[in-house]
Amino acid sequence: MSLATESTARSAENVRVTRSSRNVAWTGAVALIVVVVLAMFPYIVHSGVTAILVQAFILLTLASMWNLLAGYAGLVSVGQQAFVGLGAYAVLILAIHGASPFAALPFAAIACGVAALPLWWLVSRLRTGYFAIATWVLAATVMLIIEKFSSIGGGTGMPLPGFTGMDPTLLTAYTYWAGLAVTVVALAAIYLLLRGRLGLVLTAVRDDEVAARSSGARVGLARMLVFLVAGAGCGAAGAVLAISQLQVQPSAVFSVQWTAEMAFATIIGGLGTIEGPIVGTAVFMVLQQTLASYNAWYLIILGLVAIVVALFARRGLWGLVDARINVRLFPVGYWLRAEEDRPRRLLTRPRRGLHARPGGGR
Amino acid sequence: MAWVNAIIQGVLIGGLYALFACGLSLMFGVMKVVNLAHGDLAVVAGYIAIGIITIIHIPVLWSFLIVVPLMALLGYVLQRTILQGALDRSVLTTLMVTFGLSVVIENGLLQFFTANSRAIGTGLALVSGSFTVGSQIQIGYLPLVIFVVAVVVLLGLQYFLSASKFGRLIRAVADDKEAAQLSGADYRHVFGIAAAIAFGTVALAGIAYGMYSQLDPTAGTDTILLFAFAAVVIGGLGSLWGTLLGGVVLGVAQQIGAQISLSDEVLAGFIVFLAVLVLRPQGLISRGAQS
Repeated sequence: MSLATESTARSAENVRVTRSSRNVAWTGAVALIVVVVLAMFPYIVHSGVTAILVQAFILLTLASMWNLLAGYAGLVSVGQQAFVGLGAYAVLILAIHGASPFAALPFAAIACGVAALPLWWLVSRLRTGYFAIATWVLAATVMLIIEKFSSIGGGTGMPLPGFTGMDPTLLTAYTYWAGLAVTVVALAAIYLLLRGRLGLVLTAVRDDEVAARSSGARVGLARMLVFLVAGAGCGAAGAVLAISQLQVQPSAVFSVQWTAEMAFATIIGGLGTIEGPIVGTAVFMVLQQTLASYNAWYLIILGLVAIVVALFARRGLWGLVDARINVRLFPVGYWLRAEEDRPRRLLTRPRRGLHARPGGGR
Repeated sequence: MAWVNAIIQGVLIGGLYALFACGLSLMFGVMKVVNLAHGDLAVVAGYIAIGIITIIHIPVLWSFLIVVPLMALLGYVLQRTILQGALDRSVLTTLMVTFGLSVVIENGLLQFFTANSRAIGTGLALVSGSFTVGSQIQIGYLPLVIFVVAVVVLLGLQYFLSASKFGRLIRAVADDKEAAQLSGADYRHVFGIAAAIAFGTVALAGIAYGMYSQLDPTAGTDTILLFAFAAVVIGGLGSLWGTLLGGVVLGVAQQIGAQISLSDEVLAGFIVFLAVLVLRPQGLISRGAQS
């Protein structure tokens, strides 16, 4: 709890500070039910549906990680495809050495988190735009290095071993569960991180970096932690991608298109809220499925929508919802409310665009 | 001798990379905009040149006279509308908007012109011609011309910014746009002009690249943007001389890499970039710490 919260609470006796407003009490239960229902999908629905949902899980994981980077830590990375690719290759390498690709998945995620450390060291000196392009160069470099190893397929890639003799129905179901598990763990990890000290530091930095630094917030450490978590998360998504495609191709897994998709889904859904990427992923998947027969058009349209949203509705679709009904499914800030009254205002304001302005919010 | 040749070729191609980097450097220096669509816009310029040449059958060199002003106009309009709008919101918004533009342009080109690569056919002896120095060093006329053009553009820009009246205005606005505004300069207009100049150099870079190599929709990011950025960082932010030096260092690194193994050309350039980032983050020619 921040100092401001405590002092305000003390000065006005009839005010209390809570994490959430009333309507959030049951969202945990609803989330649990949603996850359980989703987990039963392989028994209920056609395998075509679960295949699309696996894509959605991958995108949601990526978008949530990008949201953590750009929306909370102010790090616009255009090189997250480096981790998608590394995750896919980690699964491939472990599978070549005899591991089951599913068992390899958590190790791939951890490996990507570890790999993020030296990469962070390389780009951490740069800010904003230069950080963005530097991560892009880094992703290109990682791909060029991976392509030099012919034992893992060189420049053309190779099929993922370890599935021989596996029942295709079972394989589809396992892939689906792996995707679901990765997404649930990713969202839970982000939620818990943002509720803890890290979230507090990031919020302080967002509001005033100089003030946060001079109050002793370890800004560099917080940003590094976010980069490592995002690396692990994108790596896990890349691992699921490799499993769902049954092959690993360098130009496909290291494509900047991954970053385009995660960024567009996040921007459209709403930057700086956990709910945003969920909404954005849903919109993205619907558009993609609708426009699937028009090749690259879905990316063009989503790109244009993302530009318009970034300019005119900076809190995204979720921001529009939130502005009307003031609901937060995953509360990470604090509410200040008078006793027996509706919530008055937020102490730790929800993110309004990238620079919080009192009373702002377009 | 092969190594000397590699270095000479690297220096020449470095001119092209400096030309790539020029607009990126200018936009950042003046507006603090890092334009992620930079390379894609260069490819657009190249495609426009190809279109004009095939439709109205003019000589290649004339196409510059049409495409460069056209892109400059586009630069002014983009800056006054979308980019200024994004700038008024936040730096991160400009990144998201220009990244969106980049993806939209690249996929638009892919959609309308397919992934096939195409070159700007000059029909001139200039492109294929070369002269020999000594016994083994062959210098193509085209890379030499591009290098000279790059040096002239960078020198001209440096002179324009430091000596001319409007150049001073641009620098004043870049230093403190509010103060410049109070002194009667409309900074939005000045930004627009700076963007127009930057886009003019982008057009030059795109057409030059189309003549030197081949254009395809992904060249904008894979080659032009990333090489331009590497040149800017190697040379040092905020210095046009540094940009030229950075381009040359990148070009030489790539050619030496290609000497070692043909597939290592691009990787060698990026490794030098990363080495500079670690060992000398302010760049080879530093103008104090920036961003």
